[in-house]
Amino acid sequence: MKPIYMDNNATTRVAPEVVEAMVPYFSEYYGNPSSMHTFGGNVGGEIKAARARVANLLGALPEEIIFTSCGTESDSTAIYAALHSHPERKHIVTTRVEHPAVKNLVEHLGKNGYRTTFVPVDRQGRLDLDALYKSLSDDTAIVSVMWANNETGTIFPVEEIAREVRERGIVFHTDAVQAVGKIPTNMADSAIDMLSLSGHKLHAPKGVGVLYIRKGTKFAPFLMGGHQEDGRRAGTENTASIIGMGRAAQLAMETMQDENTRVKAMRDKLERELLSRVPMSMVNGDPENRLPNTTSIAFEYIEGEAILLLMDQYGICASSGSACTSGSLEPSHVLRAMGVPFTAAHGSIRFSLSIYNTEEEVDFIIEKMPPIIERLRQMSPFWKEAQAAG
Amino acid sequence: MWDYTEKVKDHFLNPRNVGFIDDFDGIGEVGSLACGDALKLTFKLGDDGRIADAKFQTFGCASAIASSSALTEMVKGMTLEDAAKVSNEDIADYLGGLPKEKMHCSVMGRDAMEKAISYYRGETQKKIEGEIVCECFGVTDKQIERAVKENNLTSIEEVTDYVKAGGGCGNCHDRIQFIIDDVLGNTPRAAKKPEVMTNIQKIKMIDATLEREIKPALNQDGGDIELVDVDGNRVLVKLRGTCASCSKSQITLKHYVETKLKDLVSQDLVVEEV
Repeated sequence: MKPIYMDNNATTRVAPEVVEAMVPYFSEYYGNPSSMHTFGGNVGGEIKAARARVANLLGALPEEIIFTSCGTESDSTAIYAALHSHPERKHIVTTRVEHPAVKNLVEHLGKNGYRTTFVPVDRQGRLDLDALYKSLSDDTAIVSVMWANNETGTIFPVEEIAREVRERGIVFHTDAVQAVGKIPTNMADSAIDMLSLSGHKLHAPKGVGVLYIRKGTKFAPFLMGGHQEDGRRAGTENTASIIGMGRAAQLAMETMQDENTRVKAMRDKLERELLSRVPMSMVNGDPENRLPNTTSIAFEYIEGEAILLLMDQYGICASSGSACTSGSLEPSHVLRAMGVPFTAAHGSIRFSLSIYNTEEEVDFIIEKMPPIIERLRQMSPFWKEAQAAG
Repeated sequence: MWDYTEKVKDHFLNPRNVGFIDDFDGIGEVGSLACGDALKLTFKLGDDGRIADAKFQTFGCASAIASSSALTEMVKGMTLEDAAKVSNEDIADYLGGLPKEKMHCSVMGRDAMEKAISYYRGETQKKIEGEIVCECFGVTDKQIERAVKENNLTSIEEVTDYVKAGGGCGNCHDRIQFIIDDVLGNTPRAAKKPEVMTNIQKIKMIDATLEREIKPALNQDGGDIELVDVDGNRVLVKLRGTCASCSKSQITLKHYVETKLKDLVSQDLVVEEV
């Protein structure tokens, strides 16, 4: 059974062009970019080219880009760098809907001597900007706000927040792993100081990430050791993956248009049809400011894991905000922060598309989902009452 | 992806006895929408006094549906006395086992059966026994005690897997630990700090706290710590392993090690690296 993959916010297919670019750097050109010989030095040249390509995608300078091992490493590096650069400041601001890469780190720091503010969101998942600005003080070391939310696709006004934060002399970081490649980013006319991105969310392989650090931003390395990445990130370069990342950045510039037209149209059709065919279903998140590829739909009175496993029977891959899929007992922190009622939070399914999806796949899902939902609702002790209540 | 047995998958994909018996003899409802799973069980007795039919409606994940389906299959043909003896372990065993995080699904089945039998016997719904410990999931001390005893649970995590208690905000973890210790016959931990410590007592306590509380946590990240000396209230330590080269080590030292020692030994201690 060929999978119908609509879980691209979890990870993406590595683009064939990216694989092609990477392959020679395993067994053929395996030299260490730090070596003195030409054989290694040439690989160094390719890394330089990859850096320029990533910089181009972000609208940044090549020297503002460092390669890391993943988005999480980029996030940790950025936050610790800000704390080390301003040791007298003991306050960290982030949001209640961050990815665990930021949320759990800030919670950890909160238990270890730092004061933390988690900015709330409204029912549509929009940030309470007033609360964010009011929380800032001379003691604030860093503000970290994700560019787009992985579960709902809601886009946050990070450019505006970055300007306000900069005016107060505070470092601003954004976890942009879901945004880059899907929406335009131009660091040249932005006030963002640091930005994280992850290779495997934009058709590069897993195990490579990027941290953008604006020129002039105070920095302290997270990994120490060798002089790689200009002394800002020690460790021998993951050469093949970095080269793949460069190729993926190039491709992202070419496909962004497709992402915002064809992919968006498929997402809209999927959402529209499911909402109209399945009673008591609704969209989670801000329909206005949203990634073009993501929809989170709540099917009330049933539970997400059961939905996913029935979808799995048809090879349909998506993910759920339900508790049971993660092994925790409460539904996703994002949906809870938005105040999505329990009747809906447990049965929320996220579809995240990519340029590799087709109209046929969308039609297949539109056909298969309603009976799955109906089957589980017929089993649910709450469904009859809910129907009666209308 | 959960590692479900073929039997769990079969009972999820082809659930037996879904529905509601209108002229039921017994009915038991447990769980809620907020909790993420709920089960409504009905049964009808035959002329021989055995369970002739049992049906369920379940809101929940695959293992909750499979556990409900398994339960109805198991109790059909049983006397109420025997049905009352079906334990959550029996349900899990029938399914060839459940992932440990999903054991609460089998507990839900047992609880529903008990309630349904009570209903038939005309016992007024038993008042919730005991005192609520876990506010998030409404679990009482008696329920926790029972789960610990019946399943030989030894940790808070296991209690969460079986009865959900402690799976929300985490505020009740101390009380759950207390119940576990009580059942296991352990003396409650966190023995009172002596009011005045001699130097020897203090050094011993610092060393014991480092060994018991701090080292294991650092070891998890590949780091280590060694006590070099204690000079008055100054605790001199050496960081080793990954801690020694870690850019966060100062944060670890000040905010983790020092806080722990202050909490567990004495508020006056200051930690310094040598």
